[in-house]
Amino acid sequence: MDMDNARDALVQEARELLAAMEMALMQIEAEGASSEAINAIFRAAHTIKGSAGLFAFERIVSFTHVAESVLDKVRNGSLPLDTNLLSLLLECGDYIGELVDAIAARREEEEPDPVKRGRLEVSLNALLGVTAAAHPAVHAMGAAADTAQIEVDDGSAVSSDNWHLSLRFSPDVLRNGMDPLSFLRYLGTIGRIVHIVTLPDALPDARVMDPEACYLGFEVDFASDADRQTIEGVFEFVREDSEIRILPPHGKIAEYIGLIQSLAEPAGRLGEILVKGGALTPSELDNVLAQQAAEPVPAKPLGTLLVEQDKVPQAVVAAALTKQKQGEEKRTQEQKFIKVEVSKLDALIDLVGELVIAGAAANLVAHREKHARFEEATQSISSLVEQIRDAALTLRMVPIGEVFQRFPRVVRDISRELGKEIQLLVTGADTELDKSMVEKLSDPLMHIVRNAMDHGIESKEARVMAGKAVEGTLRLNAYHESGSIVIEVSDDGRGLDRDRILAKAIERGLVSAEQQLSDGEIYRLIFEPGFSTAEQVTNLSGRGVGMDVVKKNIESLRGEVEIVSRQGQGTTVRIRLPLTLAIIDGFQVMVGDSQFVIPLELVIECIDISSHDMRHNIVKLRGEPLPFVRLRELFDLPEAEHVRESLVVVQYGQQRAGLVVDKLLGEFQAVIKPLGLLFGEVKGISGSTILGDGRVALILDVPHLVQRTMRAKVAQLARSLS
Amino acid sequence: MPLTALAEGESAQFRLDGELTIFHAAELKDVLLAALGEGGGPPLTIDLSGVDELDTAGVQLLLLAKREAARHGRALAYSGHSPAVISVLELLDLAGTLGDPVLIPNASR
Repeated sequence: MDMDNARDALVQEARELLAAMEMALMQIEAEGASSEAINAIFRAAHTIKGSAGLFAFERIVSFTHVAESVLDKVRNGSLPLDTNLLSLLLECGDYIGELVDAIAARREEEEPDPVKRGRLEVSLNALLGVTAAAHPAVHAMGAAADTAQIEVDDGSAVSSDNWHLSLRFSPDVLRNGMDPLSFLRYLGTIGRIVHIVTLPDALPDARVMDPEACYLGFEVDFASDADRQTIEGVFEFVREDSEIRILPPHGKIAEYIGLIQSLAEPAGRLGEILVKGGALTPSELDNVLAQQAAEPVPAKPLGTLLVEQDKVPQAVVAAALTKQKQGEEKRTQEQKFIKVEVSKLDALIDLVGELVIAGAAANLVAHREKHARFEEATQSISSLVEQIRDAALTLRMVPIGEVFQRFPRVVRDISRELGKEIQLLVTGADTELDKSMVEKLSDPLMHIVRNAMDHGIESKEARVMAGKAVEGTLRLNAYHESGSIVIEVSDDGRGLDRDRILAKAIERGLVSAEQQLSDGEIYRLIFEPGFSTAEQVTNLSGRGVGMDVVKKNIESLRGEVEIVSRQGQGTTVRIRLPLTLAIIDGFQVMVGDSQFVIPLELVIECIDISSHDMRHNIVKLRGEPLPFVRLRELFDLPEAEHVRESLVVVQYGQQRAGLVVDKLLGEFQAVIKPLGLLFGEVKGISGSTILGDGRVALILDVPHLVQRTMRAKVAQLARSLS
Repeated sequence: MPLTALAEGESAQFRLDGELTIFHAAELKDVLLAALGEGGGPPLTIDLSGVDELDTAGVQLLLLAKREAARHGRALAYSGHSPAVISVLELLDLAGTLGDPVLIPNASR
């Protein structure tokens, strides 16, 4: 793994963690704080900082460090997680995201937004300052709350002006290339070591002593004006595995009890050290020892001690336990998932595509040879190939929830900005679609959601006037329907104003005043470039850019957008996308010498039309009129004599149409090859595929054909009426 | 990190040179313990004047040797502390624990 790979992995991991962090924050906002969610946030920040530290991405490390310190206070209960803090943390998450983006863009040397960073850091530091030991008055208040936790009724502070550091380094610290001496020397640069006791007690018997392990412990009394964060920062890189306890000047008796309890050395000896170093006065020590003796026997398992440590106010986090837990969680996740490069997956799918083509070729040969057993063998091979194809394609499938998950945050922020109350309902988040689409879908969806919130849902007053609930509802829904995935964004707002859109379209010259248009056609006008009916241009939407881009993006995915709206009741934007972009089950047909493939999922039935009454491109089928198109006419193919034409009925969305062809050839697995640039503008064809015998067949663009026949039908009806 | 035997007899004299660090810790532990031997023996002096670097691993070995010597009832003294050694012993306040007379060139504390 070279540095670039490692960097990419870091970026990806950080983005996932940030998403998890945001989700946890949103959850807290919706359901109130839970220790699980708080821990998730803390872990995310902590892990990002750790990984960034490995690469020496200082900007992330230093920023995340401050955020983490605040989170630490939240976690140990000394800072309440209110709405303001939630907003601040969300913003911090965003900023870390910007820093991560900078890393991804190889621009980690630059600060993406120094002003924003400064503002966030000031807010964070203000929160840290509230309980920082530098303000003894405020600290005493914190003490009262803390003592309640550990059920010691003496919140009195010791008289010492010095910090007390209790350092037990991890045995591996030397092997990891770090020397405790250098930390102590560094301490000397930010303050003065008043007193130090080196504890050799842990040094084992000579025979078992590992000369490369660290056994020494240190009790340090330290005079410094530096803040807690700076002092903690000294031990940044060893904090994980080592037991580093930092007690502030005028620390509470209770903290010293906690310290003594949690250390391996006998209480008496530690007490002497503390007194000698001036951390405690003799009478304070008596107090500590008396209280400690009054508590249950401290012979607790290490785990309990660690948990207790967690409770000890302001003692540094028991990193070991968290770390152990993290390790376990990570392991179970690793068992469930394995990360694979997308390019490898694409290569696999390409190969499967080739296999499908080669399989078709083998089938053809077997068929022509009329060799029964050969044919049988190729049959079973093709059924396996089909399964492999499906399995390979599902590898690329991801739940659409990946796209949806960013919306709770978006909805929250925008509704605040707009002063509207909007609740978001998400359904069908586990509906799967191709990974490549997920990426391209996110921006169009964002546009639609913003539009719905800005223009769709009315202001609170307007809603009350209209007799609606004050709180607007925005719905995101996804489901599978006949070979497509459908994504809906619905609001219960004012709906589209049909007349205003029409007026605007006529004013812009998009349509003529005489044109008869259905509601659907009118709504579709809002996807025209430069079309906007918003009376007020807000900074969210209303500039008339967006909806046309949305349409273009969706169409580039071979998808379609449709709008359903009822005035006063709401609007639904429906996006329909093909399930996959790579391989389809096709239905092969022939017109003259040309072969065409229709996506099988869109085929409803095939009918012999010799007996049907076909006029004006409309056929009466079981009493219903069905518009159809002759492919021969559409593609201008030469006339043929004596053909018995067939009608293939296709359905797209709610609409049906017929395609008239010469010959039905049956099912065929088609690997879609995109058309070259030259054919990009050709209507009615969405791609090509290679047949078993090496010839090329064109894949019909059914959505386009259905729309075309529908328009023809409307025109026909209009003509017959006039 | 050579441990050199200077004299044997009434008092065994050794001399440590170079780096007293983790990089030589394993090797040094063995030679130190070998020098101490299993049973008693004449008082042992180790000259530290040639030590130009000392880290936590080195400090641990000095402490270990001292403790082992005491366990075997043998006297062990460190002498001729080099500036590198002195600075570490000062930092960790270990001069008293090791109990050897240390000549401090410029009394600092």
